Amino acid sequence: MGFFLETLFGGLMAGMLYSLIALGFVLIYKASGVFNFAQGAMVLFAALAMARLYEWIPKWLGLENKILINLLALGGAMLLMVVVAWLIERLCLSKLVNQEHITLLMATLGISYFLEGFGQTLFGSDIYKIDIGMPKDPIFVLQSVFQGGVLINQEDLYAAAIAALLVALLALFFQKTATGRALRAVADDHQAAQSIGIPLGRIWIIVWSVAGFVALVAGAIWGSKLGVQFSLSLVALKALPVVILGGLTSVPGAIIGGLIIGVGEKLSEIYIGPMLGGGIEIWFAYVLALMFLLVRPQGLFGEKIIDRV
Amino acid sequence: MLYRENGQFKSTYRADQQIFPIRQDRIAIGVLLVAAVVLVPLLASQYLLRAICVPFLILSLAALGLNILVGYCGQISLGTGAFMAIGAYGAYNVYARISGMPLIAALLLGGVCSTAVGVLFGMPSLRIKGLYLAVATLAAQFFTDWAFLRIRWFTNNSTSGSVSVAGLNVLGVPIESPVQKYLFCLGFVVVFGLLAKNLVRGAIGREWMAIRDMDVAAAVIGIRPVYAKLSAFAVSSFIVGVAGALWAFVHLGSWEPAAFNIDRSFQLLFMVIIGGLGSIMGSFFGAAFIVVLPILLDSLPYWLGIPIDTALASNLTFMIFGALIVFFLIVEPHGIARLWSTGKEKLRLWPFPH
Amino acid sequence: MTLKTIALIGHLTALGLALLAPATDASAQAKEQFFPLLAYRTGPYAPNGTPWANGKQDYIKLINARDGGINGVKLTFEECETGYATDKGVECYERLKGHPGAALFDPQATGITFALTDKVPADKIPLITLGYGLSASQDGNVFKWNFPLMGSYWTAADMLIQHIGQKEGGLDKLKGKKIALVYHDSPFGKEPMPLLEERAKMHGFELVKIPVTAPGVEQKSAWLQVRQQRPDYVLLWGWGVMNSTALKEAQATGYPREKMFGVWWSGAEPDVKDVGEGAKGYSALNLNTSGTGPRVIQDILKLVHDKSQGTGPRDEVGSVLYTRGVIIQMLGVEAVRRAQERFGKGKVMTGEQVRWGLENLALDQKKLDALGFSGVMRPLSTSCADHMGSTWARVHTWDGAKWNFSSDWLQADEQIIKPMVRQAADKYAADKKLTRRTPADCQS
Repeated sequence: MGFFLETLFGGLMAGMLYSLIALGFVLIYKASGVFNFAQGAMVLFAALAMARLYEWIPKWLGLENKILINLLALGGAMLLMVVVAWLIERLCLSKLVNQEHITLLMATLGISYFLEGFGQTLFGSDIYKIDIGMPKDPIFVLQSVFQGGVLINQEDLYAAAIAALLVALLALFFQKTATGRALRAVADDHQAAQSIGIPLGRIWIIVWSVAGFVALVAGAIWGSKLGVQFSLSLVALKALPVVILGGLTSVPGAIIGGLIIGVGEKLSEIYIGPMLGGGIEIWFAYVLALMFLLVRPQGLFGEKIIDRV
Repeated sequence: MLYRENGQFKSTYRADQQIFPIRQDRIAIGVLLVAAVVLVPLLASQYLLRAICVPFLILSLAALGLNILVGYCGQISLGTGAFMAIGAYGAYNVYARISGMPLIAALLLGGVCSTAVGVLFGMPSLRIKGLYLAVATLAAQFFTDWAFLRIRWFTNNSTSGSVSVAGLNVLGVPIESPVQKYLFCLGFVVVFGLLAKNLVRGAIGREWMAIRDMDVAAAVIGIRPVYAKLSAFAVSSFIVGVAGALWAFVHLGSWEPAAFNIDRSFQLLFMVIIGGLGSIMGSFFGAAFIVVLPILLDSLPYWLGIPIDTALASNLTFMIFGALIVFFLIVEPHGIARLWSTGKEKLRLWPFPH
Repeated sequence: MTLKTIALIGHLTALGLALLAPATDASAQAKEQFFPLLAYRTGPYAPNGTPWANGKQDYIKLINARDGGINGVKLTFEECETGYATDKGVECYERLKGHPGAALFDPQATGITFALTDKVPADKIPLITLGYGLSASQDGNVFKWNFPLMGSYWTAADMLIQHIGQKEGGLDKLKGKKIALVYHDSPFGKEPMPLLEERAKMHGFELVKIPVTAPGVEQKSAWLQVRQQRPDYVLLWGWGVMNSTALKEAQATGYPREKMFGVWWSGAEPDVKDVGEGAKGYSALNLNTSGTGPRVIQDILKLVHDKSQGTGPRDEVGSVLYTRGVIIQMLGVEAVRRAQERFGKGKVMTGEQVRWGLENLALDQKKLDALGFSGVMRPLSTSCADHMGSTWARVHTWDGAKWNFSSDWLQADEQIIKPMVRQAADKYAADKKLTRRTPADCQS
């Protein structure tokens, strides 16, 4: 029973981390109708920027204080992501405005290849460290109830807390600020928003920047856990089932989808996996999402797809 | 002036319905076939045949299969690598376990295995649409990645999971040298190209296109979505499966499941989009673009005499590849096939202005 | 001109250029010995592939700078990026094998090795697969062109079990214990299993296999399983980013790193540097020493790096994988030298001649000292039947800042391995319809 709880906690926390990445997908899809396959590359790029800036800033500015360096690195990486967002919008998306879904998908795939190559050229292909002071050793709770206690990974706990905070901030941003309202208007109907004077181009830059910020936070957390290297962009592939399970247009969907996929993955790998030889978690997540989709083809919280003839 | 159709009239329906009704087209295809069968083996170097022509032919076959599914029937599939893998391993099992199995039969049976699985994974398309379907097809991709690594029976119980074939021959004629491999693949491509072209020109092709454009309207006028979608998956998986078997047997010779991973699926999808959705010719253009470009980019620094570090060269290749894809999509979202048909349109008038 | 026209013209030009691409098979007699270098400097395995490739290049530069080549024959090289992908590796091989003076290939990847093993007999160019590749290729009577010098995955697994047995106080004390194999889910990771299963049968321990999906960037479930199974020891069989992730997850789930033992591809600086103190106590096999002490490393620093000819950063020189790359290149160079002794000093050797050289290497301690490799590796001598040459390795342990040797030299137990190799080689020969080489063929 104790181990089951461990697996459950582990799954919930892994799920929160997946939803961090899924959030980036959902934000961009909601506001501009583009399924951003480059989200993984953006996570990698942001994490690489932060990791290398963390190394380079002490050399350039001679600072010693770790917190200050981390903040500067974070700021620098954020700036870089905004520039990337602006460039993507200006050079690619504004020219592909009314194209079909699949063309936009392919364009973002092209962008992801570009970002991966560019990131490795600028920053290198070694494994780099992000040190935001997360504790690495586990803690054991409920030692009195279960023998040996239930293991909880502290880093994951902090990461889940940060993810929750981020979601709350985003919710506040969307609900309470004027820009947030403009974003929701654009997500609802591009043409109507344009007709009442909302500048579409600027809104898309803001959306991509926010997605870039989410990518940066996700990159910092995943990078701190796993080290920053090219393969980090593959973590985005694990977040795709979360996106389709929760619905492409729903932020709460991304969170709940993340939790379901996280728990499902871990439980399946631990309890069903050994019977099948192991290594099943990645396809299990997709099959799980597929099962849900068969019941609700638009995802759990997605907008119902209405076919008009 | 050259491409004029004046004076070419048909007196039977049959003549009117042929694949290449214009005489210039027939001549062009004839010349192309002669060049492909006779000139290329004579003039091309071993490296060119082995490393460029053979992959180009096999991948254009796979792109053809994918184009039928994505371009003609409108079902986005990101799991093509899985179907190639099933074709490859299916053909391998048939070839290795049944002694004396002829090569072509083994390859076709690999395609049949792929069809069966393709129809299975195509069933969600009856309920799920669009981008959701695209991501759902990734389930097929990851499942087959895992299955061929884990289930020993598929790899003939090899300890490492890596399999290989040797001694390929057709009725005693070996398929060992680059020229033989090239002609073997060319045969398959010509036959399947003809097959695909006739399918999409016929009733079933029109059903697929109707489903692609407006599936509810198509159902209203009596086209059965089940039949149309599943037949698209079936035909597409068959062709992709045969292409996968060819890739494994003829090009690689020895392979592991990672040869058919998600990068392969994306590569095929790129080929189809850049080449042109819904166009047979487009699959070939797209395959040529995607096969030749990385090799060109890798060799370019060497030809220009600028020695750059291979890591930088490889990263630059990625960057240029990504940038070119975006560029192409901006410039011509309908792919190279559209450029080609625009060119042909212009040729009909050239050199006259109107 | 519209953008569209530019695009069409560009595309057609590219196609045209490709068709007219210069063929790389020159007809002139080669004047230099060419070493094609397959490497991966991008992708998830780059952190480990890069120092390996740098070591190989630096040694070639050293031989040219210090000795003027091999008996006057200068060495050239060309690197080709494979990204650890089999099809790219095959494409690189096809492009470079026809280069005049091509000596041998080191694919740096087990997957590419499997693919090339079928091609090299026809193309007559040998493969060095030092410490990786097909374990059965130790049998030179079947695998004429493969050289798994200094070890294979079966010898590695064997030595690890021996070491664990020593720690327990005897191999018989392993009875009833549980050993988990956390492996990279690919032919590379699955290769040691036959030997581990054999040893498990012999000594009565339970082998638990825990796969990690390539490239191994997410291992939470694997380590939750480790926690569930509570094995006495964990063998780590990973490459690239999987290694450091495994150590981080081990720390996160509280599995004692002292009980983790890695293969020689899971025990280098890139794997532990960013885990730092968290990997303290982790041990792995090592085929060679590391450090800037050995004379050959000193020579490289002096004659290559000090002249700004170094391939990689200076502080990488002497690291574990870098030194291993140097050793691989040295063995290739010595094979060419040995071939020259028979086929003509001062001449460029063909692939077949280099193969003979590889099969008749006799590097005793004196020779190694003369080359500057004293203390780096053990003496090695190959023969027709034995393409491995040496079956020794040591275990080293990470203390948070550097690797220190923590065991004596271990030797793989040939009593167990030889029959398995023979069986596997026979199966390969039967599958491919090859026959064992005759003694006469061994002399050629």
